[in-house]
Amino acid sequence: MRFIDEYRDAAAAQQWARAIHRITTKPWTIMEICGGQTHAILKFGVDELLPKSITLIHGPGCPVCVTPLELIDKAIEIASRPAVIFCSFGDMLRVPGTNKDLLSVKAHGGDVRVVYSPLDAVKIAQQNPDREVVFFAVGFETTAPANAMAVYQAKRQGIKNFSLLVSHVLVPPAIEAILSSPTNRVQGFLAAGHVCTVMGYTEYEPIAQKYRVPIVVTGFEPLDILQGIYLCVKQLEEGRAEVENQYTRSVRREGNQPAQQLIREVFQVVSRQWRGIGPIPRSGLGLRDEYAEFDAERRFDVASHHVEESSECISGLVLQGIKKPHECPAFGTRCTPEHPLGATMVSSEGACAAYYRYRARSSANG
Amino acid sequence: MCLAIPGKIMSISGDDAFSRMGKVNFGGVVKEVSLAYTPEAQVGDYVIVHVGFAISTLDEEEAHRVFEYLQQMEELQELEGGQQVSVTD
Ligand code: SF4
Repeated sequence: MRFIDEYRDAAAAQQWARAIHRITTKPWTIMEICGGQTHAILKFGVDELLPKSITLIHGPGCPVCVTPLELIDKAIEIASRPAVIFCSFGDMLRVPGTNKDLLSVKAHGGDVRVVYSPLDAVKIAQQNPDREVVFFAVGFETTAPANAMAVYQAKRQGIKNFSLLVSHVLVPPAIEAILSSPTNRVQGFLAAGHVCTVMGYTEYEPIAQKYRVPIVVTGFEPLDILQGIYLCVKQLEEGRAEVENQYTRSVRREGNQPAQQLIREVFQVVSRQWRGIGPIPRSGLGLRDEYAEFDAERRFDVASHHVEESSECISGLVLQGIKKPHECPAFGTRCTPEHPLGATMVSSEGACAAYYRYRARSSANG
Repeated sequence: MCLAIPGKIMSISGDDAFSRMGKVNFGGVVKEVSLAYTPEAQVGDYVIVHVGFAISTLDEEEAHRVFEYLQQMEELQELEGGQQVSVTD
C-alpha cells in the first residue's frame, strides 16, 4: 500500500542503520513515547539494527495502559447498569479492573459494544432513545478531536441520552514528568507523529530547551523510526537540543488548527492520574462546564473509591522506562495477553504485550 | 488504539464543514470517514485516518524526503570516502 510499503523497504532500513552506526560514538538512551512506535520497533526488529550502545526505552504512550484503575472500575460499574449501552474501543474491554473487566460484564449480559469511532456511539444513542449510551473516551491528543466532535454533535442535535466517560491524557506533561524525575535516564525523545499531527510541536520547544533534550517528531514505519533515531543521535553527538520534525508528510509545526479549535471548545486541561505512574498536574483533558451534562461521571454519580493495584505487576516501572517487561517475574507465566495482570499486557501497543508477541523466546534465552 | 493509517479519498459528500464525509480506501477496504478536520482534502488525496476522522492530508512532496535525505547522505559519504582514499594514496 502507498505510504506504507515504501517505508518498510529492507535495503533502505539497512542504509539508515549503517548511517546511525557511523555517527554513534557514545552510549545514548532514547525514549519513543508512543506505543504504536514501540509495537513497530519490536515487530520489525528496529532495535536489533542499532548499535549496542543505543538503548531504546519504551514510553508511556499507550492510552489503554495509562488509564487509571479507578476509571476502569467506574466503566465497569456504569456498564453493569441495565439501562446503559456502554460503547468503547475494543482494546479497553480486557483491561483488568479491580475485580473484573468489561468483557466479563458483557459475558454476564451487560450491553457492552465495541465501536470504531465515537460517532458510531452517537448514532447508537439516536437509535436507542430509551437507553443511556455512554462512550469510554480514552486516548491522547490524537483521539481528542474525534471525541470532541462526538460531544459537539450530540449537543448540536439535542441528543440527551449520550455521555462520555472521559480519561484523556496529554503527552507534553508526561515528558516533563519523566524528565524531572530523579531516576530519569532518557537523553532524547522520539515524539509521537500522530499526536503532533493534531497538536503541532510548538509545545515541545520549551521542554527541549529547559531540559536540554533533543525531541524528534517521528512517524510509525520502520524507516521513519530509523530516521528519527538518526536525527536524535546526531543532535546528541553534536550537543544540540532542538525539536526536529522527521514526519513532515503529516506533521506541520502548528498542527491541525480546526481540530485544536474543537478540542478547546469542548475540553479543558485538568490534572490526571496515570496508571502505574501516579498523578501528573495538568496532564489531561476533561469536559468544559458548558458540556458538563455530557459527563458520565456526573450523570451516573459513580463513587470514587480507593483502589489497589496488583502487587506483582511492575508496569509502572515499565511505563517509565526503568524496567523492561521481561524483568517482571510474572511476564509470560502468570501474565500473558490471554490472562493479563497489568494493562501493559493488554493492548498490542503496550510494551509487555509487544515483548510477549515478538520477543518471548529471545528474552527467555537472554 | 492509537493506530492511524493512510488511505486514499475515493469520493466526498456533504457540504458544510462539519458533515463533510469521504469514502476512503485502505488497500481495498473502504470506509466512511469524517473530513471535518481536513477541509483542504480533495478526491485522490491520501489522508491519515484515526478512529473515523482524517487528521491530516499527506504531503506528496514531503513524502519523498526520507529517501532523498538517505541518498544525499550516501553521496556525501562516498565523497568523504573518496577523499580518504586520496589522502592515503
Ligand atoms: S508482564 Fe504483566 S505483571 Fe509484569 S509488568 Fe507487564 S503487565 Fe505487569
